[in-house]
Amino acid sequence: MEKFIKLTDTVVPLDAENVDTDQIIPARFLKATDKEGFGENLFRDWRFNKAGEPNEDFVLNQDKYSGSILLAGNNFGCGSSREHAAWAIKAYGFKAVVSSYFADIFKGNALNNGLLPVQVSPDFLHKLFTAVEKDAEEKVVIDLEEQKISIQSSGDSESFDIDPYKKTCLINGYDDIDFLTSKLEVIKKFEKKRSGNQAEPQQTLQTENI
Amino acid sequence: MKKTLFDKIWDSHVVESIPNGPDILYIDKHLIHEVTSPQAFNELKERNIPVFRPDQIVATADHNTPTKDQHLPVKDLLSRKQLKELSQNCEENNITLYGLGHPYNGIVHVMAPELGITQPGMTIVCGDSHTSTHGAFGTIAFGIGTSQVTQVFASQCLLVEKPKKLRVNVNGKLKNGVLPKDVILYIISKLGTNSGTGYFCEYAGNVFEEMSMEGRMTVCNMSIEMGARGGLIAPDQTTIEYVEGREFAPKGAEFEKMKAHWETLKTDEGAEFDQEYSFEAEDIEPMITYGTNPGMGIKLTGSIPVEGNKSDAKALGYMNFKPGETLLEKPINYIFIGSCTNSRIEDFRVAASYIKGKKKAENVNALIVPGSRQVAEQIRTEGLDKVFEEAGFTLRQPGCSACLAMNDDKIPEGEYCVSTSNRNFEGRQGPGSRTILASPLTAAATAISGKISDYTQTLN
Repeated sequence: MEKFIKLTDTVVPLDAENVDTDQIIPARFLKATDKEGFGENLFRDWRFNKAGEPNEDFVLNQDKYSGSILLAGNNFGCGSSREHAAWAIKAYGFKAVVSSYFADIFKGNALNNGLLPVQVSPDFLHKLFTAVEKDAEEKVVIDLEEQKISIQSSGDSESFDIDPYKKTCLINGYDDIDFLTSKLEVIKKFEKKRSGNQAEPQQTLQTENI
Repeated sequence: MKKTLFDKIWDSHVVESIPNGPDILYIDKHLIHEVTSPQAFNELKERNIPVFRPDQIVATADHNTPTKDQHLPVKDLLSRKQLKELSQNCEENNITLYGLGHPYNGIVHVMAPELGITQPGMTIVCGDSHTSTHGAFGTIAFGIGTSQVTQVFASQCLLVEKPKKLRVNVNGKLKNGVLPKDVILYIISKLGTNSGTGYFCEYAGNVFEEMSMEGRMTVCNMSIEMGARGGLIAPDQTTIEYVEGREFAPKGAEFEKMKAHWETLKTDEGAEFDQEYSFEAEDIEPMITYGTNPGMGIKLTGSIPVEGNKSDAKALGYMNFKPGETLLEKPINYIFIGSCTNSRIEDFRVAASYIKGKKKAENVNALIVPGSRQVAEQIRTEGLDKVFEEAGFTLRQPGCSACLAMNDDKIPEGEYCVSTSNRNFEGRQGPGSRTILASPLTAAATAISGKISDYTQTLN
């Protein structure tokens, strides 16, 4: 997994609440069997019209906005569990998403792909939107080690929370699979202990059936 | 210490707690399907990691499958490739697959419970957010992303932080015509789409106790629509009777032993929740949604709220509705009865009981899609297929179908669809489609009248 330590960049402001994963990547693009090419269809139905031409009103099509930080309204990533949403955002070129609230599954998917979800207060989110609206060149600094997000010109900042284990993973580029496969002996012991526990009986696995 | 049902199941599945970090949670059953598993299998291959516990994984094909001519090769080449990869991956890794055409095939959240794969007290995951459905049996069941599918393949475990606990109580007597779907749409309309984020939700109160397993599954299914990772209901006699005798349920003495354990699975009196809400059953009426998230719901006879923010206005613009407007008398050209929320036998019985002896309105395309081959079979056994046919409804083969329109079952641009599915997001049922979520009874009644109407006056 790609490491994430500190990021200073301009911001793409997507001023919408409850952005669901069907908007991030519509279901008809989920037929791929690899992780390639999802960036092209990120926000497909907001980004392009029926004829496939860019929709000028949509923020991703506005030249003045660019950068690897996506700023979005409350409850970002709600809906389906599709990790394709995180892949699409990452493949498009974003490295962090800032919102005042993230849906659980999306948040986990983002973290598992080195895409940092930064949850800020509604007030700070408002400040960010205002700063970017005033100056599209405004830079935002996301410091994962310090767990701090700041607006470069004003110096306004706020700290953000992240699970310490996940923080270590991101800073070092580790993923959960490495960790879990290192625990297989402990897991086997747990299985053995559990199968002998009469208070919480387990169904005998019918290998030939299930 | 007094424990909630959720605590009891969670705690007994913790392999190890990482200091200042997540728990290693053991997963009893891992359900997979064609859309969210291929990249996970690829990852295992690339890293040369074997599937750790193939016996605890069950696969089905449901999301992109066609709902007609299932005996023929799948026409859509990308879907066909995805299905072929699922078959190959299952075969290579000794995973049981109930693929297209198998008598056990169906939507993952319909087929697993009906086969007795889902049992109280389990931890169950699937790369699908509606895995919360299985909570109806008193399980910890939740949707995961593909990276987590890989983790469970590799270790039968997940690294997860223990969620907070929420309880929603509904007590009293439900009005005539109010179905489990109305109850959950009502709850979400009151609490909003992110009130449950970070929580697991227990549903309690006599309304849920008196519900059938099918009804409980409908309720738990939509827990994710208020943001909760999962929802669960304590197992009781209804649960035990449902599980007993099913294909993969324990049998004989083993069943008795498991039953005794399942009966202990309930929240201790006085156990604490981080958040709790209570509602009165009498306040709930048949519900419909008017916007582009499931929290934007009103009673069938209600009017769209006048106040709203920019996102609400955008949603109304998409739906072509106005603040303050009532949806009664709105002409509707499409209805869909299906999806993991409402495609079980009880859903079709209630629809058929309303439809019987009536004809659909001429303007309406009425699509009925059973959740599984077994449900489809039951529909025929009970003669409900005749009822649907005579009323002019189209009965298809099982699958996710028009809930997410990955196959050909799409609602055309600009058209409204009164749908028993779970999400009314923009374009969910096809680009430009407009979804109005409702119960199977509301969908059936809409098909008959050709418009949204207050059918409650005509119910027996």
